[in-house]
Amino acid sequence: MEVSELKDLSKNIRIDILKMTSNANSGHPGGSLSSADIVSVLFGSVMNYEPGDPKWADRDRFILSKAHACPVLYAVLAETGFFPKSELMTFRKLNSRLQGHAHIKTPGVEMSGGSLGQGLSFGIGVSLAAKINDKQYKTFVLLGDGELNEGQVWEAIMSAKKFELGNLVAIVDKNGIQNDRFTHEAMDMSPLPDKWESFGWDCYEVDGHNITELQKTFNSLDYHNQIPKVIIADTTKGKGVSFMENNPDFHGKAANPEQLKQAIEEIIQSN
Amino acid sequence: MVNIMNTGSTREYAGKKILELGGTNSDLCVVGADLNKSTFTNMFADKYPERFFDVGIAEQNMVNIAAGLAASGKIPIVSTFAVFGSTRPMDQLRVGVSQPNLNVKVILTHAGLITGEDGISAQSLEDLSLFLSLNAFSILVPSDAYEAQAAVELAINTNGPFYIRLSRPAIPIINKSDIKLEHGGSNIMYEEGNDVSILCYGYMVYHAIEAAKILKEKHGIKARVVNMYSLRPLDESIVLKCSKDSGFILTAEEHFKYGGLHSLVSQYLSQNNPSKVLSISMQDYAESGTTEELVNKYGLNSDNIVKTVLTNI
Repeated sequence: MEVSELKDLSKNIRIDILKMTSNANSGHPGGSLSSADIVSVLFGSVMNYEPGDPKWADRDRFILSKAHACPVLYAVLAETGFFPKSELMTFRKLNSRLQGHAHIKTPGVEMSGGSLGQGLSFGIGVSLAAKINDKQYKTFVLLGDGELNEGQVWEAIMSAKKFELGNLVAIVDKNGIQNDRFTHEAMDMSPLPDKWESFGWDCYEVDGHNITELQKTFNSLDYHNQIPKVIIADTTKGKGVSFMENNPDFHGKAANPEQLKQAIEEIIQSN
Repeated sequence: MVNIMNTGSTREYAGKKILELGGTNSDLCVVGADLNKSTFTNMFADKYPERFFDVGIAEQNMVNIAAGLAASGKIPIVSTFAVFGSTRPMDQLRVGVSQPNLNVKVILTHAGLITGEDGISAQSLEDLSLFLSLNAFSILVPSDAYEAQAAVELAINTNGPFYIRLSRPAIPIINKSDIKLEHGGSNIMYEEGNDVSILCYGYMVYHAIEAAKILKEKHGIKARVVNMYSLRPLDESIVLKCSKDSGFILTAEEHFKYGGLHSLVSQYLSQNNPSKVLSISMQDYAESGTTEELVNKYGLNSDNIVKTVLTNI
């Protein structure tokens, strides 16, 4: 996809996120909106996949470790044809495939989540399977910055270096806010790049809302060497909606009907 | 005292079977956490290093790596001690393996009281209760080394998550070397009659058989001993049959009473044929000691089975 198409995809994803969380009257819009551009670039111009054959053996894998942000994943899966867009309005409803936290039964969802800290380990397993099977697919794992508080993430970071997983890319959606408060107040994880690098990873810091920069970074990576990569994406929680941006209240709260109208209008008007 | 003739280590025989199956099934992998010499998965590691992953002392990472391998079509074995592989990664087993129903085989050694001298932190007496709470898991507890091999074979050849519980010390061989297990099966190990049915698993099967012999020879009581090697699925038909045939059921297990075989049998019978179910099990944390000292002090032996039957018959 061209940059302009990716921007449109991001807009559509954001509108989907807002509509589905409002329709469900719950869910996590803030951390979904912050991930929208990352996900848009991955699905729009980086990853190989077949929406009609979600289990295609050679597909690149996208693993959402911050599984509460599943609206962004459901949105991109619907936008790229894994299932009908109309299904998005079943999110969090009884008998839906679109569960409150990502579950493997949804077409295109690789991992069941909902307890933070598990996705990078799972991604290592997926990445090791590629190695054993001599497959060329790449594994992308999206983590939250608050999620990095979990000790298991660091167990995984240690082991990816040991297993020499050059086909593994972690992306940290560094939106700076976790459930209760700002991340630097909850548990200051800085300096984040130094931490990853000292564990043997190649680290890239990018603007997580700059489509061109994201695209350029993903496309510049050497997926065939033996060094795991992390992209620390500087993002804004609630990105694109003025009253949600940097507002911890919208971590786990949906917009009301009036707010939804304003939010969608702002997304449509944005560049 | 019982006359121990021939013994074998369940963990060693399981390790040999894993090695053997590694040769016929190229999807088999092992993920270990720095105890592979003790779990005997080091034999697999030496032969198939490209399919062996040691994560160091990091059980949570181990379980989710196995989940990722399983989701990619591999058949991963998770290998460590029962105390470390159950309580420590419980969240990973729940969200990462059980809920998505992934084909992960959790094979844990050094379970139960007879782990011995290492003391209470090493004696896994709650692992079955924990794995029973993970709804998708099948659970096997072999009663000797040959059954341990059969359990590994059954788990590898049956899709879905499995827990296999193994012991530290060598225990008496009570099965033929070619024993096969069925998913949801059980084995009648001894049957003189049905005055009492003793339902048990693991190391307690040997003690139950010895007790049944004593009951017959010294007291004229005809017992049946059923090896309930599959805790899930549970062979409910044999439980029902025993409750109907026998005056009472005695369950014997190397585990806390809460959440083990006694719970399963009592729960099933309370709805299908309310009847008396007695329990020999652990009531509290134990202490360091040899196998013999511990089973004698805590009553997980044939003497206590005999005594309990005589008191209640």
